[in-house]
Amino acid sequence: MNLDFAQLVPSIPYILYGIWVTLQFVAVSLVLGFLLGTVLSFFKIGKVRVLRWFADAYTSVFRGTPLILQMLLIYYAIPQLTGVDIGAFTAGVLTFALNSAAYVSEIIRAGINAVDKGQKEAAMALGIPYRTMMMKIILPQALKNILPALMNEFITLTKESAIVSVIGALDIMRRAQIVGASNYAFFEPLLLAGLIYYLLVMLLTIAGRVLERRLAKSD
Amino acid sequence: MINVEGLRKSFGKNEVLKGISTKINKGEVIAVIGPSGSGKSTFLRCMNLLETRDGGSITIEGTDIQQMEAHLRKKIGMVFQHFHLFPHLTVLENITFAPLQVLKKTKKEAEHAGLDLLNKVGLAEKAHAYPSSLSGGQKQRVAIARALAMNPEIMLFDEPTSALDPEMVKEVLQVMNDLAKTGMTMVIVTHEMGFAKEVADRVLFMDDGKLVEDSSPQVFFENPNTDRAKAFLEKVL
Repeated sequence: MNLDFAQLVPSIPYILYGIWVTLQFVAVSLVLGFLLGTVLSFFKIGKVRVLRWFADAYTSVFRGTPLILQMLLIYYAIPQLTGVDIGAFTAGVLTFALNSAAYVSEIIRAGINAVDKGQKEAAMALGIPYRTMMMKIILPQALKNILPALMNEFITLTKESAIVSVIGALDIMRRAQIVGASNYAFFEPLLLAGLIYYLLVMLLTIAGRVLERRLAKSD
Repeated sequence: MINVEGLRKSFGKNEVLKGISTKINKGEVIAVIGPSGSGKSTFLRCMNLLETRDGGSITIEGTDIQQMEAHLRKKIGMVFQHFHLFPHLTVLENITFAPLQVLKKTKKEAEHAGLDLLNKVGLAEKAHAYPSSLSGGQKQRVAIARALAMNPEIMLFDEPTSALDPEMVKEVLQVMNDLAKTGMTMVIVTHEMGFAKEVADRVLFMDDGKLVEDSSPQVFFENPNTDRAKAFLEKVL
């Protein structure tokens, strides 16, 4: 066994730049996935049957098929069908946002259902309109309860983002592989990539704890 | 003021209200009494459209309440057994939320009125506390203030003291007593017989989904007309 980290040193900035790519990718997917997931959860608890059916079918499909299959479909199929080349980054973001929305919608739905129904009755008795009630009374309470589950989903998203390396997006994972291939030494760059992912997840975990503590101020 | 005619309500096969008819006049304090499962709470909740009735009619000043949903909410305030304060908002925010969102008052106006109400229920110093730090009695007083912040003409109370520790009951009844003296129209579902006797203008006694007796507290507590009311009073007094 001969590990040579000195050989890796010139490539470190190249790999580190992947953090920026991964972060951009994760942040955009996370926000889009969360917004779409919220809308889907409203569909699920709403009274309109078509929307309820749509949201259930949506969740079922995106949870029921492999993420990498969804990504390859979006990356290769959209250009095939429309002639528009959407690029690896866009295809990746689209896949992850759509996929994450399915999971997030289930988490939020459960959170909303867990809020005491007396809250809704109190809001109704005060004449508070449905939208305001959902956005300002029910959802804040639901979010507080589901924060750990949401953080879990965000952490999964961050790690799973490494799959975009398959379609050639230059994220941390892809860069580590490229460096490994050009040096004929994979252990060192992959170890570095692993360390970076771990630190990113730790940062997310800490951010989640801080947020949780801030939301707990009313307890 | 409120006219209830042949009110019916079922949950599945279980008929909870079997034709209730009564009139409630402006400024009256009505105590609704009866064994559990007699339909008291459902009766109250139908008046606020928290339950939709299956038959009969409820009108306020001649207008059916189903035709006045948004407006109805402003006319009727409701206090629940389990308070249902909004736990993520402070006491003052709980009180000002609906005036700000529904009545579109300015923040200054709403907070001024809110603090005034908190003073009336004796909790001004708790304005910036969160509900979780309050005792049950304090929570219920905040809930009453929250309902009053919408300037309702009618207040409904659904067993307001049933979830309280015994030593908290009095402070809540005191607030309700003060409210009754201001001429507020009140309908109170309660198990507090002493309070009903002292404060109510009329007692409605319900049993098995029917309005069995409608009389003054003197008549009801001292010489009830029906055997069922007699049997009930023997058990609870």
